[in-house]
Amino acid sequence: MSHPGHPIIKLVVQRLALGLILLWAASVLIFVGTQILPGDVAQSILGQSATPETLANLRAELGLNEPALGRYLHWAGGVLHGDLGKALTNGQDIAHEMAGRLANTLFLAGCAAAIAVPLAIFLGLLAVRYQGRWPDRLISGVTLATVSVPEFLLGYIAIYFLAVRFRLLPSLATIYDGMTLGEKIYAISMPVLVLVLVVLGHMMRMTRAAILNVMQSPYVETAELKGLRPFTVIARHALPNAVAPVVNVVMLNLAYLVVGVVVVEVVFVYPGMGQYLVDHVSKRDVPVVQACGLVFAAVYIGLNLLADVISILANPRLRHPK
Amino acid sequence: MRRIPLAALIGLVFTGGYFFCAIFAGWIAPYGMAEVVGDSWEPWSATHWLGTDSIGRDLLSRMIWGGQTTIFVATAATVLSFTLGASLGFLAAVRGGWVDQVLSRLVDLVMSIPSLISALVVLSVMPVTLPILILVMGLLDATRVFRLSRAVAVDITVMDYVEAARLRGERQGWIIFREILPNALSPLIAEMGLRFIFMVLFISTLSFLGLGVQPPMADWGGIVKENKEGIVYGIPAALIPAFAISTLAISVNLVADWVLTRTTSLKGGRGA
Repeated sequence: MSHPGHPIIKLVVQRLALGLILLWAASVLIFVGTQILPGDVAQSILGQSATPETLANLRAELGLNEPALGRYLHWAGGVLHGDLGKALTNGQDIAHEMAGRLANTLFLAGCAAAIAVPLAIFLGLLAVRYQGRWPDRLISGVTLATVSVPEFLLGYIAIYFLAVRFRLLPSLATIYDGMTLGEKIYAISMPVLVLVLVVLGHMMRMTRAAILNVMQSPYVETAELKGLRPFTVIARHALPNAVAPVVNVVMLNLAYLVVGVVVVEVVFVYPGMGQYLVDHVSKRDVPVVQACGLVFAAVYIGLNLLADVISILANPRLRHPK
Repeated sequence: MRRIPLAALIGLVFTGGYFFCAIFAGWIAPYGMAEVVGDSWEPWSATHWLGTDSIGRDLLSRMIWGGQTTIFVATAATVLSFTLGASLGFLAAVRGGWVDQVLSRLVDLVMSIPSLISALVVLSVMPVTLPILILVMGLLDATRVFRLSRAVAVDITVMDYVEAARLRGERQGWIIFREILPNALSPLIAEMGLRFIFMVLFISTLSFLGLGVQPPMADWGGIVKENKEGIVYGIPAALIPAFAISTLAISVNLVADWVLTRTTSLKGGRGA
């Protein structure tokens, strides 16, 4: 159906280009944030123990004597070739070390998303069906409670009750290579539970709002007057027209999941990207922090971009131009 | 004045209580902030109402002192983000053109990186002190306030009374502070409550990760970090800050909701 010059292709290509520009700008921002701030990276890495000689050595090692632009180009050039540099603390290759951790993090976030997204949409539909009655109120109440508690506290509440008091689930999410998929899923069940709780509330509330918005339309009234069952009206007539905002909310929350993962990984001692980042921030290992920051930013921007593209594709007016 | 609804009243009482404890921590707290007064993780008793923490400090005192730090940092960061975000947002709306473009694209860029990640990147090279924390949190959050206040102000700048003020030859400062600010106040105040909660959660998260308030100073996130080992032995000391943070968050939310509905209903019909 699509040929060159089709408006939808043009729009999608535009969005992709915009995303790439944004990613480039974000890399500049991350670089600027760590390099050109008042104070000197070498000084803050060495702290109180800095002597003029060690400072000069470290500056030379980090290439701080070169101009900032040259360092940025060198760094960005390396990133484009898949070379993220070496960690200051142990001299290990960052890309190599990060690969396994990134896979772990995506596994954790993926499991959480696979549960949270369908559940949130279903609960959102339920809240619309019973709008203003007790299921709706119950769902809103639970949402408010989970939104008000930070991730790490949800994590410890879960550990305290599920692992220590009732001994149902393991309190630490240790996974290693030899485990079967089932063992892995059992090991991460608690972090997944916490992540689901963290994003469920917001996603469900926004789904509810998006569908309620559509429920005012004349075609929904027509469907009701035809005598369709309320749930059919919502699922068949209202939901397809609310896809764009719902997809946006889902993507926004998946992006949020990527951030929530940082804290949850620390709570459950899970060997993923978040723990890697936090460890190296306290060690002031700048190359690792830059690389992690860039990867998180790329995932975040990528998900937002995907949301944009899906809402373009979901719009029938754009799909079938006159 | 109409009667305050029950939910808002509960919210006001709890919020007020927390702020009272924070301001008068020095008089209320039974022991000093870093004073070791007993064994580690003593159970709740008459002398130590909430027991003691991992190295034997009175937990109730730690909670009160910690509340002071948490609430102070969150308030300062909220004030910073509102002053900066709202003035730049109004300026962008009033000036339009390239000022608006530059500011808006810059904000888009900063918001394209999750704020926790940005904060971690910056804190990896900066000394972690209270002023730096407040500055980093306030600046990152100012982007959200900028978006909201710009959106609100864009609607107001096209009103007749703003046009009239412009034709009168009023200065930009007058238009921003005397024409736009009073009319944008109610959504901004409700948003302020939410931003404050977000700041409390943000500083607690940073402290929990060991990158926020540094020991021996107490704050709620730090108390969780200090006592997290106890959880595995069934000692709930680390859950007490959880209770404090979530009750504070919920009560501020209730107040913000009430402020928003009250002011919007005022706009709709004065008699109602």
